[in-house]
Amino acid sequence: MIRSTRSVRAQAVLASMLALPLALSACGGSGGNSGSSSDGTTTLRVLDYYNNDPGKTVWQKAIEACGQEAGVKISREAVPGASLIQKVLQQASSRTLPDVLMLDNPDLQQIAQTGALTPLDTFGINADGFAKGVVDASTYQGKLYGLQPVTNTIGLFYNKDMLAKVGVTPPQTWDELRTAAKKLTSGSTYGLAFSAPANYEGTWQFLPFMWSNGGDEKNIATPQTAQALQLWVDLMVTDKSVSKSALNWTQADVNDQFKAGKAAMMVNGPWQFPVLDADKSLHYAVVKIPAPAAGKPIVAPLGGETWTVPQTGNKDKQAKAAKIVSCLNSDQNQISLGQQNQTIPTKTALLGKFASSNPNMKGFTDQIPTARARTGELGADWPKAATKIYTAFQAALTGQATPTKALEQAQNG
Amino acid sequence: MAEYRHLSETAPSGSPPRGAGTVQRPAPAPAVPPGESSPRVRRWESYRTRERLAQLLFLVPAVIYMVAFFGFPVVKNFLMAFQKYSTTTFYTGEAPWIGLGNYRAVVSSSVFDKALVNTILFTVGSIAGQFVIGLALAVFFRRRFPLNGLLRSLLLLPWLIPLIVSGAVWRWILDKDNGALNRFLAATHIATGHPGWLTSTSLALVAVMMVNIWIGIPFNVTILYGGLQDIPEELYEAASLDGASGWQRFRYVTWPMLRPVVSVVLVLGVVYTIKVLDVILGLTNGGPANASQTIATQSYHLSFQQFDFGQGAALGNILIAISLLFAIIYLRANRRAVDE
Repeated sequence: MIRSTRSVRAQAVLASMLALPLALSACGGSGGNSGSSSDGTTTLRVLDYYNNDPGKTVWQKAIEACGQEAGVKISREAVPGASLIQKVLQQASSRTLPDVLMLDNPDLQQIAQTGALTPLDTFGINADGFAKGVVDASTYQGKLYGLQPVTNTIGLFYNKDMLAKVGVTPPQTWDELRTAAKKLTSGSTYGLAFSAPANYEGTWQFLPFMWSNGGDEKNIATPQTAQALQLWVDLMVTDKSVSKSALNWTQADVNDQFKAGKAAMMVNGPWQFPVLDADKSLHYAVVKIPAPAAGKPIVAPLGGETWTVPQTGNKDKQAKAAKIVSCLNSDQNQISLGQQNQTIPTKTALLGKFASSNPNMKGFTDQIPTARARTGELGADWPKAATKIYTAFQAALTGQATPTKALEQAQNG
Repeated sequence: MAEYRHLSETAPSGSPPRGAGTVQRPAPAPAVPPGESSPRVRRWESYRTRERLAQLLFLVPAVIYMVAFFGFPVVKNFLMAFQKYSTTTFYTGEAPWIGLGNYRAVVSSSVFDKALVNTILFTVGSIAGQFVIGLALAVFFRRRFPLNGLLRSLLLLPWLIPLIVSGAVWRWILDKDNGALNRFLAATHIATGHPGWLTSTSLALVAVMMVNIWIGIPFNVTILYGGLQDIPEELYEAASLDGASGWQRFRYVTWPMLRPVVSVVLVLGVVYTIKVLDVILGLTNGGPANASQTIATQSYHLSFQQFDFGQGAALGNILIAISLLFAIIYLRANRRAVDE
């Protein structure tokens, strides 16, 4: 008797322990109610992930101003970045998608593929005058599904004082980068910091080196990509100019190292300006990512978010939502959003004027015309390629395989 | 002191699974007296039907709960593994059947072998560490000394801190160049080479295991301490009279009396550990070069980063199968032990 109840109890305990996480994951939150007219005016639901200030407030103002222009009320929800896609997928299956949806640009094609988004040509919107890479990211199977007002990319930050101390000029080629990083490394200070973890953030940091050297994500087992990876291996393993901790650093960690003077140069983006500017004793500047050889163009990856109009079934609301997307992308909004959020306008005609207003931005804006979107070539298959890329550089940087071998293994899965 | 005991005693049996016990328990068959007259039999039978109905009604909530929160997700996950289930499925509802394709893909992937070995090492290592340290602490706290209660409640700390927070703190502690651990090791001349706890392929798994042991100790201490409270003091007195040494008292009194609790702790430990995700994601994200990748993290990666929910589900099912296998082995071993 004791035995049987005991085993039943044990079974029950096991069963519940096994079931609990499944049960919890099965019942995620559901979408909110769709905004309807309370006093005659339409309310549009907006979903994005700018949930931290100052970005939160800046976007709130821009969206509300556009809402006013379109004659609608705005009900905006800003969720944490990591949970946006899960939220969108839940809303897609329960048919509660918002009227205006922001997506991280490499996710657009993935979501457009599901059929949940409306092609913007339906509303007479086109992307004339936008940088090509930005348009590529928002295009799926030849149709434009999103419009991206501002973008960003990564460049090379350097500590002016540290470079001046050892008499080094900001490097422009890979060779110069290696030499400079080596000279700047001493004691507990490293010459360079970048972020090379086993995730898409690491892939994003590797792309400017890989792409500028002619590497391509369709097949990473090429000499061009191997050379780019060799540079990283040389910097980290051979020269020890980059800390091995970079294998586990986020870009925010990299920024902390740079700010604390533990790294003389770093690969990072303009969103770090506010943190760095807060430290008045830190004198830094930004240049383009060094090129494989002098004069070669830099192909950097494009970041930033694109604005879309989901298929909600309500034609009237969709038309108004399209107006908001269009308004957010106006010249004036591109400049003001860019200035307030440390991002870069996506219309090439605005770049010159924008760069002159902030010298540190120049290192980034210079790269925009030739920059590429991560999903420009592979579209919805990008996540698989991105995984291969970080798998390869992690294997090479940890000495598991030579760059060529590591890339081959990763390419073949 | 009493509340800890209460906590630890109820923890393993839990309240929701009681329903499961009820489902399986056969209804007591009322003994029908032989040779009764027909009206009485009829009345008896109608009473019986009513009683049956009442029994069923009592079962309904438990059954609904089981089906909704246990049956459905498991079945759904099982089916998902045979489908091409992508982001598109969420909008269109279309998920084409592809047979064993997902299983073939995940098992033949180059990461699978590594993840499987890592899962086994991680589980065995974590459980061994947690249990040994947990038992030692539980035995230690059985003694009466000042601040015993305070220290014991402090031990619960790892359990109370959100994993995201402790993950971030451990990342700082284990940092290669400036981490507290390496600074300490260098200052005390134990290891001056600044080992890359989270960045070396040979140490990353050890590091996540260490942190997981730290997280698991409170659970082990609490339940084992509860078990120790149930051992009657007279047994120790009798052992003392027989001249048993400290070790003998542990070997011949504590250990045999504690065995049922030990098996619960170990089985729950395995089930908890085999699926550990947050600790690894927070510390190394499975890296470097898959050195700390487990089946759980790989499954998460497939489902929520590559959006290949079918393959993620297939890998998840393999994980559940391993857990179940272990559960069955445990139940059989346990039964045999009681039979003897």
